[in-house]
Amino acid sequence: MNTSDKIQEVIRKHLASGGIILGQCLVGGGSASNTLPTELTEKDGFIDLSMADVAGGAIAVGAALAGKRPIYLVRFQGFQWYNATTILNYAAKSKEMWGIPCPIFVRSLGTDSAGPVAGNCHHSIYTRMPGVFVCAPMTPGEYQRAWDHFMEHDDPLYVSEHRRSFPVDYEMSDVIHPKADITIFAISATRLDAIRAAEECAKEGIVCNIFNLFWLKPFVVNEAMREALSNSTYGGLVLDADHENGAVKSIGFDLMNASGKTVHVLALEERTGGFAPYLDNVSPSPEKIHKKIKAILKHV
Amino acid sequence: MRSADFGVIPGISKQFSKEETLEMFRHICNARAFESRVKKVNDEGKLIKMPIYLGLGQESIAAALALSFKNPAIFAQHRAHDLYLSYGGDVAALIDELLHQPTGCARGMGGSASIHSPAIKMYGHSGLMGDQIPIAVGFALGKKEKTLAVMGDASAEEDYVLGALGYASTKKLPILFVCVDNNVSISTKIKIRRNWLMPDVAKAFKLKAVEITDDPWLIMHHVAELQGELPAFINIHTCRALSHAAGSVDVPDWNRFALVKEEMARLNLAEEGERIEATSEKNINTLWDERIKAIKIKV
Repeated sequence: MNTSDKIQEVIRKHLASGGIILGQCLVGGGSASNTLPTELTEKDGFIDLSMADVAGGAIAVGAALAGKRPIYLVRFQGFQWYNATTILNYAAKSKEMWGIPCPIFVRSLGTDSAGPVAGNCHHSIYTRMPGVFVCAPMTPGEYQRAWDHFMEHDDPLYVSEHRRSFPVDYEMSDVIHPKADITIFAISATRLDAIRAAEECAKEGIVCNIFNLFWLKPFVVNEAMREALSNSTYGGLVLDADHENGAVKSIGFDLMNASGKTVHVLALEERTGGFAPYLDNVSPSPEKIHKKIKAILKHV
Repeated sequence: MRSADFGVIPGISKQFSKEETLEMFRHICNARAFESRVKKVNDEGKLIKMPIYLGLGQESIAAALALSFKNPAIFAQHRAHDLYLSYGGDVAALIDELLHQPTGCARGMGGSASIHSPAIKMYGHSGLMGDQIPIAVGFALGKKEKTLAVMGDASAEEDYVLGALGYASTKKLPILFVCVDNNVSISTKIKIRRNWLMPDVAKAFKLKAVEITDDPWLIMHHVAELQGELPAFINIHTCRALSHAAGSVDVPDWNRFALVKEEMARLNLAEEGERIEATSEKNINTLWDERIKAIKIKV
């Protein structure tokens, strides 16, 4: 079972338990890269919204107040700039302000190469606001974990998905060496590239730890992370598929505070991406990560 | 078009029983007494330290809705003391909220703009203009329960309000949209902001829509008719007697309270009306005095 299959399984279970899924272009599964069961109908709680993004997010919030625990699908994370408004300003605040929980599972699909607006991840919009949890699953097991967390809690959960996770049919473990040169903390699709970059580094005798970050918020520096980072000669590197001036720097800051080691970041470049391949701005490639690590080792 | 008698049906008040009229008038008087006292406390500048949104002059709408659209889930706008009171929200809890107390209806978090009451199924407002409308639509979609969604003529212009009206129509949801049309956004009049009317927009979305003045009997009449045809939209012209955030006194185009009292006199209910008005003032002010005293003792 790959992540795509797991998402379909989760949706079927969710609807069977009385929940609903809301979003644009659901019927036929067209909007979400084969992660939507095609046999479900509105009677089952599989509900297509109109194309009004801002209203759609708020309608999902209202359904959450009604106790339907909606899965709200946003087919490109870049569209969150419209969709997030009411989720962050109502659902995320409702429990604190009025004592009324407003649980909503936001499926937000990231992708490489989708031009200046739609592409990549935009989870940093959510991590900066109180009252919302943020995770970035990349495996079937992690997706199950995200849904289990949602069903066991009553808070909004932003699930930063990446289309590159959908074919993943295995689980990913952290890689920790007793004495490493650098510790990589990888978010979303960068986890796949971090592995390849570490393999390239190993060929040159550079030893890399890798932590796969599932929770972006709350982000907790656990003892294993702190110890691995403290024992890394050249500190750490946090990778993200969102822009650099967002969650990745916040996480890097927490890691530096916890370990006393310098932590660098590598994410989308500080520029607008274009559709032409030579103008694109996507998450750092294995080559780019490898190059960054070598630069860090050289300059320290 | 916008006037004190727009859409008025002659003799409409006689459709309603004496008890209904007196109950409606009691809601009006309670809301007026409440808002007048808030204004006074706010003007003193000691106990209230936040923006206050008063609906003085507009209270006939909430009073009529409470009698004619019973037991809905309520999604109100920021100016909603009257709606909270007319539907039976806890008065002391609202006073405490305006006095920044943890015993307030929104635990001091909501202030004037974000009041709520689970007891009357009134959900809090975030403070973002108009977002209560798509939220209400989502609630009606999820719950399939009678829902009241109230907006102002300004928040009605929010793009997501329009999208929500369309979706409610498409899904035939059990929701009544009410536009409290006081003709101003802070102080900018409608004609400066747009050249279109909300009822026309609602009709374009295939909603049943009516446009009337804030005569409470007229509102009750139309709401009763619309209940069988939800989703529906009702645009009610009214006058805000105070400025945006409880500041200076606006000059209203008409005084609905005076007009209601005139009609009460024609219905031979003037004396009972006077008693209700006096009782409301006394009760509300007594409660305010008690809450202020309790808070001062705590301090």
